[in-house]
Amino acid sequence: MYSADIIIEALLNGLLTGAIYALVALGLTLVYGVLHIINFAHGALLAAAMFAVLFVNQILGLDPYVQIPLLAVIFFGLGYGLQRLVIGPASHGRDENILLVTLGLSIIIENLLLAGFGSDTRSLNTDYSFAVFEVGPYLLGQARVFGAAGALATAALLWLFLSRSDTGKAIRAVAREKIGASLQGISVGHVYAVTFGLGCACLAVAACLLLPTFYVNPRIGSAYVLVAFTIVVLGGMGSIVGAMLGGLIIGVVESMSGLFLGESLGQIGIFLIFILALLFKPTGLFGAKA
Amino acid sequence: MLEVEGLRAGYGSVEILRGIDMKVEAGEIVAVLGSNGVGKTTLNMVLSGLVRPRGGTIRFCGRSLAGASPAEIVASGLIQVPEGRRIFPNMGVRENLELGSYGRAKPNRAANLEKVFAIFPRLKERIGQFAGTLSGGEQQMLAIGRGLMAEPKLLILDEPSLGLSPLLVEEMFALINSLNADGLSIMLVEQNVVQSLELAGRAYVIENGEVAIAGSAASVAADPELRRTYLGL
Repeated sequence: MYSADIIIEALLNGLLTGAIYALVALGLTLVYGVLHIINFAHGALLAAAMFAVLFVNQILGLDPYVQIPLLAVIFFGLGYGLQRLVIGPASHGRDENILLVTLGLSIIIENLLLAGFGSDTRSLNTDYSFAVFEVGPYLLGQARVFGAAGALATAALLWLFLSRSDTGKAIRAVAREKIGASLQGISVGHVYAVTFGLGCACLAVAACLLLPTFYVNPRIGSAYVLVAFTIVVLGGMGSIVGAMLGGLIIGVVESMSGLFLGESLGQIGIFLIFILALLFKPTGLFGAKA
Repeated sequence: MLEVEGLRAGYGSVEILRGIDMKVEAGEIVAVLGSNGVGKTTLNMVLSGLVRPRGGTIRFCGRSLAGASPAEIVASGLIQVPEGRRIFPNMGVRENLELGSYGRAKPNRAANLEKVFAIFPRLKERIGQFAGTLSGGEQQMLAIGRGLMAEPKLLILDEPSLGLSPLLVEEMFALINSLNADGLSIMLVEQNVVQSLELAGRAYVIENGEVAIAGSAASVAADPELRRTYLGL
């Protein structure tokens, strides 16, 4: 049996990682909650964002954290354009088409990354990548602490935007009542594109927060997106609070099962939670009643 | 104010509107009557830009609205309170009203909010509540209040009496009358023929996608065919 200190340290590290997972899930759940589609390109877009961080770092020498505003804006624009010019028009208003279009997009993006960067696994080392904070008896990776802080701050900003701004209110209105929203002069196409853009911007921020400690390759997206799906299902499809809480829970579960079952089996706990959630609480912790 | 000529529309291979001619002048209450499925709601959807017309013209305040987006139509002052209310159940009463001024009259939001609360004190009592938890009558008040937030030039009310108790229907029609007395032009789309004709100055009866009877409310009420079909006389 492990000492309490080791377990608490694993718990803290799990929470820190979980916060970034939550940010990836936030983008997914936001798009699902408003457009009512599963964005299959979410993972590939995360991989693209991570390579973008790497690329900008190599070209301009910018620290990943400094890149956050830049990449968030670029990926917001990318997401807006993708929804407005590709996904929307190609789907002709049918959900099953959107599914296929986003799946196709993910294949295109992954292969572009393969062609552009090769299949090697890369990482980005910063001064703080391996530095730690000593908090009492516990050692916490600095990059993970910064990452969690950044993820929580981003989530708080997004929440403020959705609850306070007119555009945010329009997004929530369209999520539940498209026709009612149109009749107030809200352009549903614009709101869809803004939402998709916000989802991509979340990924860009997550990529900046991930790279100092996590590696990247063109297929890395699927690993995160599986975790993100579990979080979204656990938290409740479309629920932002659910995504945040679900992310933290999944982070702790991964860290604990890694501790007790061995690092390579760490993800078993996540999928156990996934199956349990589907069996016993299919609407998730904060999901709307069916 | 609103002039519709030869308006045709439909879904897929089904033609719903087969050439509607009608108009609403400034300051009028015009009733658009007809039973379920004759095309009343489709007409509203076309007027609000949610369904594209297949033919005919729509002019509002001298401007053509055919092919305009819902946002452009809202901005021009043609506001619809839709059938089934279509309020935002996941949002508070205040947020619902605020979104009423999303596409028009945004600078006057605070003042208009006070006006709506003066008309519907009930909504002010419920201000913090989620719209989905309101009673049917309150939801209808909220839907109309949301419409008023945009300072409409013409307000289209689609079945405002639907699902309300007889007492509330009386109240709703009295309210429509007083809104009109304050100068608002209203197009009242209803199945409730008797009460609508008491309120309206003119009326159109739609049957099978066409205007079957048109004229002053008194003449429409006296029409033998209307009396036979709708009143069973």
